[in-house]
Amino acid sequence: MKKNLPALLTLAAAVLLIVVGIFQGQPTQVLAKAVRICMECVGIG
Amino acid sequence: MDKKRFGILAAASLIQNAYFKGFFTGKIYQGAAKNICVPGLNCYSCPGAVGSCPIGSLQSFLSGLKFRFPYYVVGLLLFFGAVLGRAVCGLLCPFGLLQELLYLIPGVPKKNRFPGDKALRYLKYVVLVLLVVVLPLCFALTPFFCKYLCPSGTVAGLLLALRDKLVRAQLGGIFLWKVSLLAIILGACLFLWRPFCKYLCPLGAIYGLFNKFALYRMDLDKESCIHCGKCARACRMCVDPSQSPNSPECVRCGDCVKACPAKALKLGFRRKKTEPK
Repeated sequence: MKKNLPALLTLAAAVLLIVVGIFQGQPTQVLAKAVRICMECVGIG
Repeated sequence: MDKKRFGILAAASLIQNAYFKGFFTGKIYQGAAKNICVPGLNCYSCPGAVGSCPIGSLQSFLSGLKFRFPYYVVGLLLFFGAVLGRAVCGLLCPFGLLQELLYLIPGVPKKNRFPGDKALRYLKYVVLVLLVVVLPLCFALTPFFCKYLCPSGTVAGLLLALRDKLVRAQLGGIFLWKVSLLAIILGACLFLWRPFCKYLCPLGAIYGLFNKFALYRMDLDKESCIHCGKCARACRMCVDPSQSPNSPECVRCGDCVKACPAKALKLGFRRKKTEPK
């Protein structure tokens, strides 16, 4: 099996970004948006 | 449609919309699972949605009054992309499933190859750059893609309106625009395979960029290939896997793998030592 370096580097960057986002409390911001009906998304405006 | 892939796609769509109660009450799920973005296009205002939409979440950060780089959402998109690439579209996206089911309706001539198809493929990159990134950055609190284009949100709106009087009372011109667009997209599905994925989906545009190096990939054994062209003819995304097995357009449906009489194409996580592309 050959190592897929670009994928592994991207995965490492992804994990880093996710961790930084978690430390900044971004999942809470995602949750706050998602638990209310998004008027724009459903076409109300 | 391949039964195994259909099973995965249907199961993934059900899991991402497992708040069945919402379909009957018209209320959306408000639990902690919505901290996490799902990989496919699935509006978080759909009554059944148990996760967050990555494109909706991305726009909510970009169109915020105070700009914050969306590390978390970008990280998740990179993660899904690096592992699966556009297999997310072919295996996990609920809107992809809906389009494929409509394509199965018999009696309508199917036409996936036509002049202008190739040029139209670039539209999804325009949608990604303009509607998802640039315009939300320029105009605060306006998620342009969700507001004016996203058909998944329109389906969510229709489902909510069926059950919620308040939602129904507020529907107006934008909803009419979105429903018309949804009708065109769903109508096109009768004769075109996954038209939204091909021409408009910004998520497909993102994941397509990962196809060249994602862990889930296609390998072509050039020595076994007999150049019969059966793989290219089987592909409803109009890719030629013998030339470009990891094209950004490939959603990993596996039809080419099944069509290959020489078993020269392999799809999966294993990677051969000698790789042509």
